[in-house]
Amino acid sequence: MARYDQARWTDGSVYQPLLVEGDETTVAIEDGPLPDALTRDELTLPGLSEPELARHYTRLSQMSYGVESGPYPLGSCTMKYNPAFTEDVAADPHAAVHPDRPPETVQGTLEVLYTLQDYLARIGGMDAVTLQPPAGAAGEFTGIKLTAAYHAANGEGDQRTEVIVPDTAHGTNPASAAMGGYDVVEVPSDADGRVHPEALEEAVGESTAALMLTNPNTLGLFERDIESFADLVHGVGGLLYYDGANLNALLGRARPGDMGFDVMHYNVHKTFATPHGGGGPGAGPVGVVEALEPFLPAPHVRKTDDGFELYEPEQSIGKVHGFHGNWLVLVKTLAYLLRLGDGGLADASGKAVLNANYLASQIPFDVPYRPFHHEFVASAGDQDAAEVAKRMLDYGVHPPTTKWPEVVPEALMTEPTEGESRASLDELAAAFRAVAREDDETLAAAPRRTAAGRIDQAQAAREPRLSWQALLED
Amino acid sequence: MSGGHGRGRAGGNGVSPYAPQTPEDTAAMLEAVGAGSVEDLFDIPEAVRYHGDFGIEAHDEAAVRESMARMLAQNGDLVEFLGRGHYAHYVPSAVTHLADRSEFLTSYTQYQPEVAQGFLQALFEYQSVLVELTGLPIANSSLYDGATALGEAALLAARVREASGDRVLVPDIVLDARRSVLENYTAGAGLTVDTYPTDAANVDLPGLEAALDDDVVMVYVASPNARGAIEEGVAEVAELAHASDALCTLGSDPVALAVLADPAAKGVDVVVGDAASLGLGTAYGMGLGLFACREAFLRKVPGRLVGASEDARGNRAYTLTLQTREQHIRRERATSNICTNQAWVALRTAMHAAWLGPDGLVELAERCVELPRDLAARLDAIDGVIAPVDDRHHFREFVAHTDQPATAVADDLLRRGYAVHVVGEHELQVCVTETNAAHVDGLVGAFEGAA
Repeated sequence: MARYDQARWTDGSVYQPLLVEGDETTVAIEDGPLPDALTRDELTLPGLSEPELARHYTRLSQMSYGVESGPYPLGSCTMKYNPAFTEDVAADPHAAVHPDRPPETVQGTLEVLYTLQDYLARIGGMDAVTLQPPAGAAGEFTGIKLTAAYHAANGEGDQRTEVIVPDTAHGTNPASAAMGGYDVVEVPSDADGRVHPEALEEAVGESTAALMLTNPNTLGLFERDIESFADLVHGVGGLLYYDGANLNALLGRARPGDMGFDVMHYNVHKTFATPHGGGGPGAGPVGVVEALEPFLPAPHVRKTDDGFELYEPEQSIGKVHGFHGNWLVLVKTLAYLLRLGDGGLADASGKAVLNANYLASQIPFDVPYRPFHHEFVASAGDQDAAEVAKRMLDYGVHPPTTKWPEVVPEALMTEPTEGESRASLDELAAAFRAVAREDDETLAAAPRRTAAGRIDQAQAAREPRLSWQALLED
Repeated sequence: MSGGHGRGRAGGNGVSPYAPQTPEDTAAMLEAVGAGSVEDLFDIPEAVRYHGDFGIEAHDEAAVRESMARMLAQNGDLVEFLGRGHYAHYVPSAVTHLADRSEFLTSYTQYQPEVAQGFLQALFEYQSVLVELTGLPIANSSLYDGATALGEAALLAARVREASGDRVLVPDIVLDARRSVLENYTAGAGLTVDTYPTDAANVDLPGLEAALDDDVVMVYVASPNARGAIEEGVAEVAELAHASDALCTLGSDPVALAVLADPAAKGVDVVVGDAASLGLGTAYGMGLGLFACREAFLRKVPGRLVGASEDARGNRAYTLTLQTREQHIRRERATSNICTNQAWVALRTAMHAAWLGPDGLVELAERCVELPRDLAARLDAIDGVIAPVDDRHHFREFVAHTDQPATAVADDLLRRGYAVHVVGEHELQVCVTETNAAHVDGLVGAFEGAA
């Protein structure tokens, strides 16, 4: 196995001094163009030169870890390789336009958006797509608002008060439903790891606004009864919401629209390879069936005889972002789709599923729920999954998502994506095997080879110090 | 055709160029898992299998770049004097190149802090810059944009208030889009959004007082506001809000905050806004939600927070903290549904602020006061134009009155290559920063012809 040591800059008891420890300059605000009554007296911030800043941020980058650093099999996050060229496409000076330009002067932007709306609709089997939600959770919230608008238009706004989510759903599902004003009804999984059909039947009723599902689910399993779930929910007048977090498993093989879903979001920073940027920006386009089209956020893009235009759908829910969403992320998404095409997208999913299956076959941990697709949830057994994760860092790989979903004890939720070669998967598997053999003491002392050693989480929460002002006054 | 090993570098051969497995690898891997083919690994009932084509054609990299460049070039060249919530400042090359380092760009949320110290420190520094600019001790590590940050502020206000209330007050000049997002965010919590009057683009204090009652949970005021005016009554607004047991939320941005009076000192409880004016530049409205607040609300804050702690070696280390507020733990009782945020934009904003330093930031902010003042004076000298309409200090932008219908003037300006906002039948809004200052003579000339 290759040996890993993350770069570590140490300066006394800090790894890299804060900007403000490099320089702290106070500027007086006086004799400026504003009267004193409106201005502050002074401003204190670091004042470093560009060479100093370049070194600061380069060192910080060295003490970080990205997809280009090594395997990143974080379950449900789809950390696939981000094609370099998409950055150049997004950096096109013609992409740097103001959102309030008249539509006839942004025909290029509108064509990008229209084309992406169209392609995503085809991929999801949806009738229309809005690109405005700036992240997956924002897409969920948009979907919930669309659901509410649809029921209200049918005179059932007051009657439908509940959104059903499985117990293995991402936390954003119940949180988004609650933000939309709905009561959340949780349904348990059955022994096979899928939604419990009887429990669902019991939960569904006249007050059901929607059922939110991920398919394949968090365990990587395809919800094989999806058609009967759809019949059940539609039978009482509810809608079916598809969480696109796991769409990378299905490209070209199944579409949410064909399964009976009415509304869905796409996580383009997962499925379509736009970079996660250390937590964002993403984009969470939302697809809908025809019945929901009139409610889409404003403005929407459509094609006319001589170009593209923005319009407000007749019963629009209004806006979910101040402008048009995360435009630069959307540009990268279209570039990725144009690069891969139908065949490349299907191949990506095929190899994502192959990689997950191969990796699972090479590690010593039990994978109780099968057949999984793009991700699997292994159990660390007698070991603590969070400790296993810390030790995996020492082998130069990012660990899986841990301790979730709770239906698997000591869960290691693992999603290698199609971006890892067989050799890289072998290295990753070797890391799993090495850690599985190690004792609790070794695990507790990990990580050793990362820039920082094990961090005291309890202290951070007990005495919150969230700025250099708070930290340095001690 | 494809490169070696069938990796499909050329595109169009049914292979992802970013999936490195060779046909030999695939065969060996299938054998290891005991499957006959990749398709055998899929457990999808035939009834929902998709056998169609999307009709999306694959291209090689050069072809994608060429076709997207051609598409985008239809945007054409136009000198933008546009603002109203989205602003252009020059972004130094160093910001772009450093932020594009792949350890930053291609990393995920810092769930394993030991291997992500660098990004965590950068976000901690971003939070600290906002603490300095707002005077408020808590700043989160980003929300989506100014509009969604305002929505989150209203939800926070409803959560922290002891007595229940169901109204949020915003100025009558608030941007329509911002109000719409606010309404969407707050409807689920049973809040309604009402307006209070303004007078010459500042708060009409008696009007606000009349609009206030016991049901108001938050009063929103912006400085600079939607008409570009600097608000002179922030302290009075905060006082009125507090008298009704409501929070005062200020909308602003990091450049303006470099010179404007410290919001915390004026009694402001929460500062929101779009911080991407530093670091990102013009991006069709893509933003960065700024969110800062008082210490008392710490455990009710939406979004991620980076805190300092210690590691096993006794060294200072950073980590995401107070995560029990968040959706992945608290689910439907979370303070917000936000997960993915705008971390990389926050990184860029911090870099840009650091690159400018306090003197550069103050100088930029002062130019944002001088440029619109000087441009307004030149437009005011034109027959048929009054500028600014509002007798206030302005930041980046101002409203001008035109005797001619504003749409006709704007259309004429557009034909001459300049874009401005139409905000009323006889009102245009014009935004000027260092990025379009060189075109001011041209704009004035065009106005002379158009107005």
